[in-house]
Amino acid sequence: MNSSPASPARDDLMRPPSRREFLARMGAGVLIWVALRAELPAAESESAVKSTYRPELPKDFNAFLSIGEDGRVTCFTGKIEMGQGPITSLPQMLADELDVPLDQVDIVMGDTELCPYDQGTWGSLTTRAFGPHWRAAAAEARAVLVELGAAALGVPAAQLVTRDGRVVDSRAPERSVTYGALTKGKRIERHLEVKPDLKKPSEFKIVGKPLRRRDSLEKVTGKARFTGDLRLPGMLYAKVLRPPAHGARLLHADTSAARALPGVTVVELPDLVAVLHPLPDQAEAALDKVKSRFAPSDSKLDDRNIYDHLASYPLPERVTSQSGDLAAGRQEAVRHLDAVYLNAYVAHAAMEPHTALAEVGATTATVWASTQNPFGAREEIAKALGLPILSVRVITPFVGGGFGGKSANAQAVEAARLAKATGRPVQVMWSREEEFFNDTFRPAAVVTVQAGLDASGRMVYWNFEDRFGGDRGSDLLYDVADHRISAVGDFWGPREAHPFAVGAWRAPGCNTNAFARESHVSRLAELAGADPVEFRLRHLTDPRARRVLQAAAKAWGWTPAIGRSGRGLGVAIGKDSGTYVATIAEVSVDPASGQVRVKRLLCAQEMGLVINPEGAKMQMEGCITMGLGYALTEEIRFKAGVIEDTNFDSYTLPRFSWLPKIETVILDAENDPPQGGGEPAIIVMGAVLANAIYDACGARLLELPMTPERVKKALESAKSV
Amino acid sequence: MPKTVSFTLNGRPVSLTVDPERTLLWVLRTDLELTGPKFGCGIGQCGACTVLLDNQAVRSCSVPVQILDGRTVVTIEGLARGDELHPVQKAFMEHDALQCGYCTPGMILTACAFLHRNSTPTRNEVIEAMDANLCRCGAHTRIIDAILDAASAMKGAAAS
Repeated sequence: MNSSPASPARDDLMRPPSRREFLARMGAGVLIWVALRAELPAAESESAVKSTYRPELPKDFNAFLSIGEDGRVTCFTGKIEMGQGPITSLPQMLADELDVPLDQVDIVMGDTELCPYDQGTWGSLTTRAFGPHWRAAAAEARAVLVELGAAALGVPAAQLVTRDGRVVDSRAPERSVTYGALTKGKRIERHLEVKPDLKKPSEFKIVGKPLRRRDSLEKVTGKARFTGDLRLPGMLYAKVLRPPAHGARLLHADTSAARALPGVTVVELPDLVAVLHPLPDQAEAALDKVKSRFAPSDSKLDDRNIYDHLASYPLPERVTSQSGDLAAGRQEAVRHLDAVYLNAYVAHAAMEPHTALAEVGATTATVWASTQNPFGAREEIAKALGLPILSVRVITPFVGGGFGGKSANAQAVEAARLAKATGRPVQVMWSREEEFFNDTFRPAAVVTVQAGLDASGRMVYWNFEDRFGGDRGSDLLYDVADHRISAVGDFWGPREAHPFAVGAWRAPGCNTNAFARESHVSRLAELAGADPVEFRLRHLTDPRARRVLQAAAKAWGWTPAIGRSGRGLGVAIGKDSGTYVATIAEVSVDPASGQVRVKRLLCAQEMGLVINPEGAKMQMEGCITMGLGYALTEEIRFKAGVIEDTNFDSYTLPRFSWLPKIETVILDAENDPPQGGGEPAIIVMGAVLANAIYDACGARLLELPMTPERVKKALESAKSV
Repeated sequence: MPKTVSFTLNGRPVSLTVDPERTLLWVLRTDLELTGPKFGCGIGQCGACTVLLDNQAVRSCSVPVQILDGRTVVTIEGLARGDELHPVQKAFMEHDALQCGYCTPGMILTACAFLHRNSTPTRNEVIEAMDANLCRCGAHTRIIDAILDAASAMKGAAAS
């Protein structure tokens, strides 16, 4: 089984095949070309650089899959594997539609030359938006094979079935022919015009069954190639001179001492100074010899005054949802609750830093990059090099985690420019300090919520404004007739509102908005004298939302309680990427230290048809574990453009010892289309823990992360009330 | 001043002449073409670069090559015996104890060194032993389960 994303052997690396060569090499077989009709709206794009390139739907080469003379199925996708598992789930879908054993399916991912155009791997879209096209291609291929089988076996197509990589005569099962034999010597190309018949869920043999990851053997033996593991003859490793602060301007760089070291090459461009060496650690040592002077940043912002800055930053508000009459709702209310919720800048902190290896010729460039959007990277590189977009090829090896951070491709542009400047292949791998400096952080945000209850304890108005978190996930979910939801700025900026770059971070907007909404709703439940689960159900009519919350409460063994119970239990619900999620948590709080211990956490998810239940569970567990970080510890401290948290010694990621007992529940919904799974379970983590902390000790946290200091402070103010 | 350093690497003798201050991580990844150990933080805080030095887990980003003379280094590439995976590798596969896989070599080797010291660990002992290794994807629960399973498998193999 060859299931690596584009990770060619070293020999291939030196000269990857061109599209023409590749097509020729594919030789005989069945090629299915499918046009992607449903382009995503630009608003859903999480690219750090907005694309101006809108390709015509490629007509020359848009094959999703081919079936070769050896019967092997090869599928091509512009999506990439960064741990979230499409390397397993996409072939799984194909194998089922095509009736081939899974180990007969190979996958090529994230190569702009070989794979169809793709906007980027984000938004939990791979399965839900891309999956139907992918399955359609397989179904079309199966139809072609049945036609060929009808001719080969001399029986009508209607009499044939497909099984295990063979076309079989259903009336005489001993008569069959393999896919490989059918495609031998033929070259059949099909454009998919109509939507072929897809299998019904009840016919699935592979989809819906838990499957082990297909990339694990390579990953446990050290054979899996990430971008930093690739070598080209004559390559140099580059270290780039960085400013000490965002907004600091380079006045002078003296590179003479670095130049004097053996083997060192220096590149000095107006906006890019780099030291290169055949060994990466020597390049780093040489960079230390560069003497530089910078004009200080004129930013006056720091991690304390940032919220006032964002709260008053002048930008027009946009209303994303409105109904009824807010003033009338206010009139009707007998109890009101207003609050402001804050969250800090948070880093992506993928374990693999941004890395790229570039080889640039006079008219072409090939760049291997750790990226979530190879096609976006291609565009950025082409622009930087002054080459036509189609003269640049980006290849994506295994990506060591992305979480939105690798939709920014600055390292790939740096590698390409330095390769052009030196005439040698160049690898750029950011240090952890560069990673923390150059990251497109999850934005700090300010959310204001005003809401009220009528005499019966029903929410009668809801006014919700998100500033700079992003409007994704700000939907109310609950039935409140008079409501208004608005946003200022978005998760990507604008850049000038922030002291440094911001961008998409796993489920952009949603973590911020769910923290505010679900904290507020639990507080209203207490004001209404209601149990927080019951209070939510009272306001929920969406059957999927009700079902997922009821499932979570049942699996937990929830017993209702009104007001603070001292049990340390919290609940929160949310919706993202078409998936509904409900989470219940139990925490304990040490009042002396303010330390929070998450003891148990249960997450129920309704995500439509589940392709790989094991993969879906893995994503939920990953979301929950990662979510502990932004909820409890993770924040970027900064002052005047200087990032103060520059490595894992002060920026605290979740660790083994923090783990609660994690339970995951996936609701059965196989007749609904598949929805996103890589993000939904993270979105409620801030809220569910805030609610549980309050229930444990009475401290109501309005700011993320809920560090021990903030918990202690909130406890003190709770006592003084 | 370059110096000759001789040690055993994945069962084979190695001798190379290098700047003795260079770190084991970059010497492995460049001179010795073993890219299993990964760069994660450069200051020994994440564990992605972990290798075995005389059966102890060490952070290769913080080990100068000069201390290696006469010692034994094992990287993730040298853990399996031919096609026969180490029980910890097998258990990681069986439990899907990885996502992006970047921290995986360091996780596996840290676990191997730990099980070498403690062949009958409790869950809490595994957690304590692994706590200084970072995983951003959140494969933690599966990693713990895999290590506990590997411990049982190794004990079973030793008994039979």
